[in-house]
Amino acid sequence: MHLLVVEDDVKAAAYLCKGLRESGHNVDHAADGKDGLFMAMENEYDVIVIDRMLPELDGLSVVRTLRAAKKKTPVLVLSALGEVADRVQGLNAGSDDYLVKPFAFSELLARLDALMRRSDGETSKTSLGVADLEIDLLSREVRRGGILIELQPREFRLLEYLMRHAGQVVTRTMLLENVWDYHFDPQTNVIDVHISRLRGKIDRNFDQTLLQTIRGAGYCLRAPD
Amino acid sequence: MRQISLFRSSTFLLTMSCVSVFILSAVMLMGFVYFYTSTYIAQRTDETINAALNGLKERYQDSGMGGLQQVISKRVASDSIGSDILLLADYGKNTLAGNLDQWPDVKGTPDGWINFRLEGRGHGDDIPHWARARWFTLPEGFQLIVGRDLYDLEMSRNAIARTLSWGLVAAGIMAILGGVTLARGFLRRIEMINQASNEIINGDLSRRIRTDNTGDDFDQLSNNLNQMLDRIVELMEGVRRVSDNIAHDLRTPLARLRNHLDELKSASGSEGDTDSVDQAIQEADELLATFNALLRIARLESESQPDYLVDVDLVAVVSDAVEFYEPLAEEKMQRMEISVPPDSLIILGDRGLLSQLIANLLDNAIKYAPTQGHIKVSLLPGPEYVTLSIADSGAGIPIEERSKVFQRFYRLESSRSSPGNGLGLSLVAAVATLHAAPIRLSDNQPGLRVIIDFPRQQV
Repeated sequence: MHLLVVEDDVKAAAYLCKGLRESGHNVDHAADGKDGLFMAMENEYDVIVIDRMLPELDGLSVVRTLRAAKKKTPVLVLSALGEVADRVQGLNAGSDDYLVKPFAFSELLARLDALMRRSDGETSKTSLGVADLEIDLLSREVRRGGILIELQPREFRLLEYLMRHAGQVVTRTMLLENVWDYHFDPQTNVIDVHISRLRGKIDRNFDQTLLQTIRGAGYCLRAPD
Repeated sequence: MRQISLFRSSTFLLTMSCVSVFILSAVMLMGFVYFYTSTYIAQRTDETINAALNGLKERYQDSGMGGLQQVISKRVASDSIGSDILLLADYGKNTLAGNLDQWPDVKGTPDGWINFRLEGRGHGDDIPHWARARWFTLPEGFQLIVGRDLYDLEMSRNAIARTLSWGLVAAGIMAILGGVTLARGFLRRIEMINQASNEIINGDLSRRIRTDNTGDDFDQLSNNLNQMLDRIVELMEGVRRVSDNIAHDLRTPLARLRNHLDELKSASGSEGDTDSVDQAIQEADELLATFNALLRIARLESESQPDYLVDVDLVAVVSDAVEFYEPLAEEKMQRMEISVPPDSLIILGDRGLLSQLIANLLDNAIKYAPTQGHIKVSLLPGPEYVTLSIADSGAGIPIEERSKVFQRFYRLESSRSSPGNGLGLSLVAAVATLHAAPIRLSDNQPGLRVIIDFPRQQV
């Protein structure tokens, strides 16, 4: 994947570029907002990672300019400002995700992965499937191997999110933000409990385990190899 | 806010003690006036009596008994009012001349001064008349009484006393009215200062006490208080900046440390290493969470009236949070009960912050309620407030500790071993303050009940 990192802090930029390259991405780097905007306009990147506070032109202005120029490249904003109002501002400017510094690298990778897949345009589907697990988004029915599974509304949303990101690592924070719209760290393993409940419904009584725990990162819904 | 009652204000009490001193001195002054006036009147009476007696004595020496009798008769005839008392009697006290019907029933005194009651001299009323006189024995044994009816004197003395009393009453009323007016005036200005102070205590640090630039003592007091507030705001800003900077500056290297650990984990192969690296990463995450919570509280506390508050349905927020935590309670076999009204309850708030407030309280409730314990969450609409109550059946918080648990890093002795950073309730308090919602801790017998009153959105 071809990524653009716009970050003025030398150490942070080096760390980001190195980590992303090690994860198999092709990374370009810009050190200020003006350069970043120029590079984003000239090239077709898969995702742009941009710091909110930049010299010359701040991150949100870059995003606004890009969107005004009908450039639809997914943008992930990095920021030290983590309040809800800051986040809303960031998303209103036209960015696709907002990650508060400091963050775990696995979190960034998972989110980038999610953004790249989203641009593939899978959102208009009416049903999703992984192996023999199928969900119907219209009738909100879940079946595994043809057997109907009863889910609570929130469990359905959790499963839907995991299905939409099937094969990707989904972090606990991503689940909190997208399934519950919670932007704080609950400090407890509530998410794990919700996952194990869901697992009890969709995986128990079946030979293959679809919902897997990725140690130190999060979860992944995928068909076993 | 509780108003100061006029009668309990120190100004009023001070004014009233001044009024009492004033009235006391007025009483003393008027007492003296009365005393000296009546003494003077008595002296003048005695002098008049003496002069009259001397005149009669001279007459007697000049023209003998006959002349004396004549003079007395003439004087009695000319004195129509009858305030002069004259009586001439022989040795046997038989009246010879004068305006007394009979010799008064009185004993003589060495200096000749006598006081006796006059009979049959009423002015149509029953007030007895008294007389003061000198009893003089003439050389040939004739007895002479020269005196005055004291009735008129008594009347004028009473008139003086009455006038003085009325004057005293009038002065007293004026003093009390003046005192009340004065106390009211002072109280109004103190009330103004108190009201401003209350608004400041309730979080509006930008509020100042109004000054009228007269430069009087109250104006100076208000100015000084305002300057003190400016200074406090400045100091608070400073403290906040410093703690923000510390947390911020430590957070960045800590994040880098965590990232290095991440790299180390992906580089190292052996299982034992990965375990200890995982543990280090977890601890770094906990530290980062603490710093984030601190920064978050600092930011919330520095905002007094945020403009991003919008209409939020508290029923939905509470139901979502309970649903989110319910599986955790179920793991501990706790019964989590929720009672909310069927309709929505709209308050002015921030959904994210309110969710975190409820999440922190539910987290605590689940943590401190025993296995198979009981947690009850309720939302009660009142006329002015929507009351959120979260109660658990845990150990509760002793009364003397209740005010302290909202302080940063404060942890009860009994809960030191359980996980947590001591910031959960500080954040709850900060969010509640931001929503102008008073928070109370009470006894759930057993356990803790947290009660928060969210001001209702005025429709």
